Amino acid sequence: MSGALSTAHSVVAPSGRVKLLAGTIVVLYALVAIVPLLWIGLTSIKTPPDSISYPPKVVPFLHFEPSIEGYCNLFNTRSRQTADYLASLPPANSACEEITRSRSMVVVGPSNYVPRFVNSLIIAFGSTLLSVGLGTCAAYAFSRFKVPLKDDLLFFILSTRMMPPIAVAIPIFLMYRELGLSDTRLGMILLYTSVNVSLAVWLLKGFIDEIPREYEEAAMIDGYTRLQAFRKVVLPQATTGIVATAIFCLIFAWNEYAFAVLLTSGTAQTAPPFIPIIIGEGGQDWPAVAAGTTLFLIPILVFTVLLRKHLLRGITFGAVRK
Amino acid sequence: MRAAYPPIAHRVRGLSDKAIAWIFIAPTMILLLAINLFPLIWTIQLSFTNYRANRPNAPLRNVGLEHYQTILSDPEIWQRMQATAHFVFWTILLQTVIGFALAYLIDRKFRGHGFWTTLILIPMMLSPAVVGNFWTFLYQPQIGLFNYVVSFFSGIPPSSFQMLGDVNLSPWAIIIVDTWMWAPYVMLICLAGLRSIPDYIYEAAEVDRASNWRQFISITLPMCLPFIMLAVLFRGIENFKMFDMVNLLTSGGPGSTTELASITLKRAAFEAWRTGYSSAFAIILFVAVFGLANIYVKALNKVKAR
Repeated sequence: MSGALSTAHSVVAPSGRVKLLAGTIVVLYALVAIVPLLWIGLTSIKTPPDSISYPPKVVPFLHFEPSIEGYCNLFNTRSRQTADYLASLPPANSACEEITRSRSMVVVGPSNYVPRFVNSLIIAFGSTLLSVGLGTCAAYAFSRFKVPLKDDLLFFILSTRMMPPIAVAIPIFLMYRELGLSDTRLGMILLYTSVNVSLAVWLLKGFIDEIPREYEEAAMIDGYTRLQAFRKVVLPQATTGIVATAIFCLIFAWNEYAFAVLLTSGTAQTAPPFIPIIIGEGGQDWPAVAAGTTLFLIPILVFTVLLRKHLLRGITFGAVRK
Repeated sequence: MRAAYPPIAHRVRGLSDKAIAWIFIAPTMILLLAINLFPLIWTIQLSFTNYRANRPNAPLRNVGLEHYQTILSDPEIWQRMQATAHFVFWTILLQTVIGFALAYLIDRKFRGHGFWTTLILIPMMLSPAVVGNFWTFLYQPQIGLFNYVVSFFSGIPPSSFQMLGDVNLSPWAIIIVDTWMWAPYVMLICLAGLRSIPDYIYEAAEVDRASNWRQFISITLPMCLPFIMLAVLFRGIENFKMFDMVNLLTSGGPGSTTELASITLKRAAFEAWRTGYSSAFAIILFVAVFGLANIYVKALNKVKAR
C-alpha cells in the first residue's frame, strides 16, 4: 500500500466509515466468540458452589473470591471422612489439604490427570516426530522425482485422512488386540502417525515445491550426492515448512478423541477422554473439569499464535497459500 | 528427470534418483498400507460375517450381503442419516454465511484486524471433545451461561428450556457449537479468496462506474466461489463423520435425535459389539465419504491451478 501503489489503491480503499463499521462488527463477534473460553478459565478459579450459582458470578474479587480448589481437585483424589477423624488429624501441611478438609475430606493421593497429560505429550510428540520424518522424505520424493502413478499415490495418501475414525477403529481394535498394541503408547503413536502422515506429505510437498531445484543442482554440480544435497540444501530451506507442519501434527494428536476413547482405557489414555470423566461427589466437579480444560488448552493457544501465518495452508492441505 | 537434466544425472554419485525415490516413499506407504488399507480390507471381509468382537471364539458364519440389506432397508438408519444431513446442511449454511461475512469485513483492513482475526481463529484449533465437554456446562439449564444469556435478553426463565435435553432444541444445540467452532475456518479460506482478487479488477469496475453492490455480485462473489466451495466440501466431509464433539455434548440423545451416523456406528460396534454388522455400516459410510473426497480433491486442484 505504499509508494507509487498508494494512488492506485485509493480508488478501492474502503472509507474511514466503512472501516469503523466493519471493525466494530468483527470486534463484537470476536468478543462474543471468546466468552465461552473466558468462562472456562473463570470457572477454574471458582469454588464448586460459586461455579453453579445463579445468577452467574462474573468478576473475580467482586462477585466471588478466587480459589485454587478446582486445581487441587484436578490433581488430587479425595475421600470423605467423619468430623471426629478430621479433628484428630495434625494441621494441614498444604493449601490444597486445607481446602479439602474444609469440605470434610482428605487428600488420599494424586489423581490420574498428570499421567494422562504425560501420555498426551508422549503420544503427540512421538507421532509428530515420526510423521514429519516420514512425510519430509516422501514429500521430497514426490516433489522432485518421477514417481509412477504419482497422482494416484498422493490421492491414496490424502484419502486415508478422509475415513471416519470410528470406521477405522473397528479393525484397528481387532488388529491391536491380536498384536498386543491395545492401550499402549506405541499403538497410539503409530495410529496417529498414519493419520498425520497424509497431512505432512501434502503440506511439505507444497513447501518443497517452492524451493528452487537450481539450489540442489548447483550443489550436485559442486560434487554433492543427491542425499547430501537433500540434507544440506533442501532441509535447511524447508525448515519453516517443517516446523509449521510439525505443529499441525502436534495439534491433531493433542486434540484427538475418537481413537483415544475407543482404543485406550488406562496406561495409554490421553487427556481428551479423561477430562470429561473428572467427577466429583454428587455430579460433575465443574471447577476441576474447567481447570483440566484450561491447562489442556493453553498449549494450543500458544501454537495458534505461532502458526497464524501458516494456518491457512495447514487447514487446506496446502491447497491455498497466501 | 533424466530428459530434463541430462548433464547432472550423469554426474550424480551414490544412489540413483530412482532408488532414493523408493526409499523415501516406501516407509510412508508401508505404514499406510498396514494401518489404513489392511484394516479396510479386513473390514470388508468382516462385513460379510456374523463376527462379534466380544465373542471371538463363536463359530463364524458367512452371511453374504445380509448386513448391507438390513442396513439399507432399516428406517432407523435412514432417520440417523436424516439427522446427519440436517446437521451437515445447517452447519455448512451458517458457517458459510458467517465465515464469508467475517472475511469480507476483515478484508476492509481496519486497524488491528490481524489481532482480531487471530482471536477469532482460536475455537477451531481446540479439541472438539474438550469443546463438547465444556459446552455441556454452558448449556446446563439453570446454572449454565448460555441459558442465562438467553434469558437475560429474552426474558424466558433460564430453567424453562434444556438445550441438550429437549428433542426440538438438541439438534440446534450441536449446530450452534459446531458453527462457533468452525465458522472461523470458512472465514480463513474466504479471506484468502478475497485477497486473491487483484485490485485492478475493482479499479476497472470503478472506472465503469459499477455500484458497490454490482461489484460484489459480479466480481467478489464469483472470484471467491472456488474458495467457498473448498471450505464447504471440507466442512461437509468433516461433519459427515462428526463424532467427538457430539458424543460429548449429547451422545446421540435425547432418545436418538442427535444420533449422527458415526455415533450409531460406535454404538453398534463398541456397545452392542455387532462387529460384522457395523463393519458393513462402516463400508457404506466409507463409500459415501470417498465419493465426497473425490470431488474434494478435484476442487483442490482447481483452486491450486489459479
